[in-house]
Amino acid sequence: MKKLILAAAIVFAGLQAGAAQAAEGKALPARDWSFTGIFGKFDQGAMQRGFQVYQEVCSGCHSLRLIAFRNLEALGFDEDEIKAIAAEYTVEDGPDEEGEMFERPALPSDRIPSPFPNSKAAAASNNGAVPPDLSLMIKARDGGADYVHALLTGYADPPDGVELLDVQNYNLYFPGNLTAMAPPLDEDAVEYADGTPATVEQMASDVVTFLAWAAEPTMEERKRMGIKVILFLLIFTGLLYAVKRKVWADLH
Amino acid sequence: MSEFKPTNPVIRWIEHRLPIFSFIDHAVGSGYPTPRNLNYWWNYGSLAGIALVIMILTGIMLAMQYTPHQDFAFDSVERIMRDVNYGWLLRYVHMNGSSFFFIVVYIHILRGLYYGSFKEPRELLWIIGVTLLLLMMAASFLGYVLPWGQLSYWAAKVITNMFTAFPIIGEPLVTWLWGGYTVGNPTLNRFYALHYLIPFVIVGVVILHIWALHRFGSSNPVGIEADGPQDKIPFHPYYTVKDLFGLGVFLTLFAALIFFAPNLLGETINYVEANPLVTPAHIVPEWYFLPYYAILRSITFDLWFLSAKLIGVIMMFGSTMILFLVPWLDRSPVRSARFRPWYKWFFWIWVFDVAVLTWVGANPPEPPYLYIGQVGTVWYFAHFLVILPLLSIFEPTKPLPSSIGEPVLKGGGAATAGAAAKPVEKA
Repeated sequence: MKKLILAAAIVFAGLQAGAAQAAEGKALPARDWSFTGIFGKFDQGAMQRGFQVYQEVCSGCHSLRLIAFRNLEALGFDEDEIKAIAAEYTVEDGPDEEGEMFERPALPSDRIPSPFPNSKAAAASNNGAVPPDLSLMIKARDGGADYVHALLTGYADPPDGVELLDVQNYNLYFPGNLTAMAPPLDEDAVEYADGTPATVEQMASDVVTFLAWAAEPTMEERKRMGIKVILFLLIFTGLLYAVKRKVWADLH
Repeated sequence: MSEFKPTNPVIRWIEHRLPIFSFIDHAVGSGYPTPRNLNYWWNYGSLAGIALVIMILTGIMLAMQYTPHQDFAFDSVERIMRDVNYGWLLRYVHMNGSSFFFIVVYIHILRGLYYGSFKEPRELLWIIGVTLLLLMMAASFLGYVLPWGQLSYWAAKVITNMFTAFPIIGEPLVTWLWGGYTVGNPTLNRFYALHYLIPFVIVGVVILHIWALHRFGSSNPVGIEADGPQDKIPFHPYYTVKDLFGLGVFLTLFAALIFFAPNLLGETINYVEANPLVTPAHIVPEWYFLPYYAILRSITFDLWFLSAKLIGVIMMFGSTMILFLVPWLDRSPVRSARFRPWYKWFFWIWVFDVAVLTWVGANPPEPPYLYIGQVGTVWYFAHFLVILPLLSIFEPTKPLPSSIGEPVLKGGGAATAGAAAKPVEKA
């Protein structure tokens, strides 16, 4: 049994090593997020600020195509606020009775419109690099929230001997260090409605919190249910053990 | 082990016309006599059956929401995660269920190897079991392709491409498998159809597996046949309740993974939609395929007219196929490793070897991993082809107890040298 545990530990360590290797780049500074741990919840204030950063900064290049305006309820917005947010966007609808496509203000049921109509248009506007969709970004990178945060705050001058092309930027955490994404966040790039000072660090952690929610809006529900299920199973398994002992008592 | 005599008039009415209740009682009820000394390693058979049921039920419900089309598959999975009621739960149970299914089945197989459950007269039971393993591998590989993420796509590409290693027929065979000139929509469609089909084939083969099991009954940790009713107890209630307790432990661990670390065993890059133009930096299969992947990649040299790729493919399939031959490679008359001092060691070394191959499979095929993988591969096959046959001849085995009941029952016979066998643990 001990050997089996040892073997399992080795297998697990191997998997971890593989995952770490895939990440490459510099080791990620681990951070405390409101949403990690078995009782983790998304911080609504941070999410609202992060959504503002997404709207005013990221959305110039990056789509968030899996999120509908109605989903923003989870950020703490009420129905009217969501209608107002949606109405700021226009979407194409149709065909109407004449068979024509037409534009109308977005409704809460619409997905957030993407900045480019297709990936070719996105590449053409970005020196050939397609800015990835952000809907699943936190789940789609090794290191998750820590990685995206490190990336956003990890721009630096290149070390001696590294020549950058015009379209390249040096980042300590990006695999290979050369990224087509220019440093997206400057001090006070946004003005927060709640008066929080918009430092690069603050904006990065806010937008990462927002994107962590966007990647898995059902996470809070999952963890809440998990605690109940585990408690039930522990008690139920304990009862089954007692029954097992009772049934087997006459054999021993 | 009493005769099945229902008292309920409805059950009696049905039983008289269709003896289904006595059939069930005989299969998993009080009518199935079981060795009294089974330990907890014997829980994994029923656990595998329950895992299969969990996979089929969640799979059918997911299928109601999933769209098998290259343009919509990825988004339909995300719709399940976001918009379908409890869709995230179904999907995480199904996704992690495959890992738990493999954990359970691998332990079930290791138990069979350790206690010699595959030996005469249970060879066919074992062969049917290995067939089940192959079917499971096919089902899980096909299922992994369906979310149409980057690794789904590239795993499909790498695995199907292996068939090009076969001379002459390779290329046309792969085109036929793909339904086109690359992995595309026709491939996704047929993979979905087969992924839905295979689990029901598995159910059929499981019935054969249980049928063959009931011919001679369960093996046991001592490895000698029961020689009288004192060695056996009815399956129900003794093993139904023991299996239920095991199930509780299993479900607790499973729930911890599903609810608190559902993506731990997955690769992050599979949350990026499939893109035929971008090859991922590291293409790795699911953890339960890593040892085979390491064996495939450890062959880096051509041999006569055989390409390295072809040898690798043959070795990879051979590493599972060789299990079919185990009853004839291991000819030791003693079943249980408890009475085989040398085999016990070689068994654990082999388990360690498989763990090393798993670790190698997760890493890139370059030194030092490559060399470790090559040594591991040689040992893997040597265990079956050299060590097992030699042990059958040269191993000095310990004396066996005279009956199953002897070491268990108090005063059940005078202590002999064979009583060294551990009694069944007092649970």
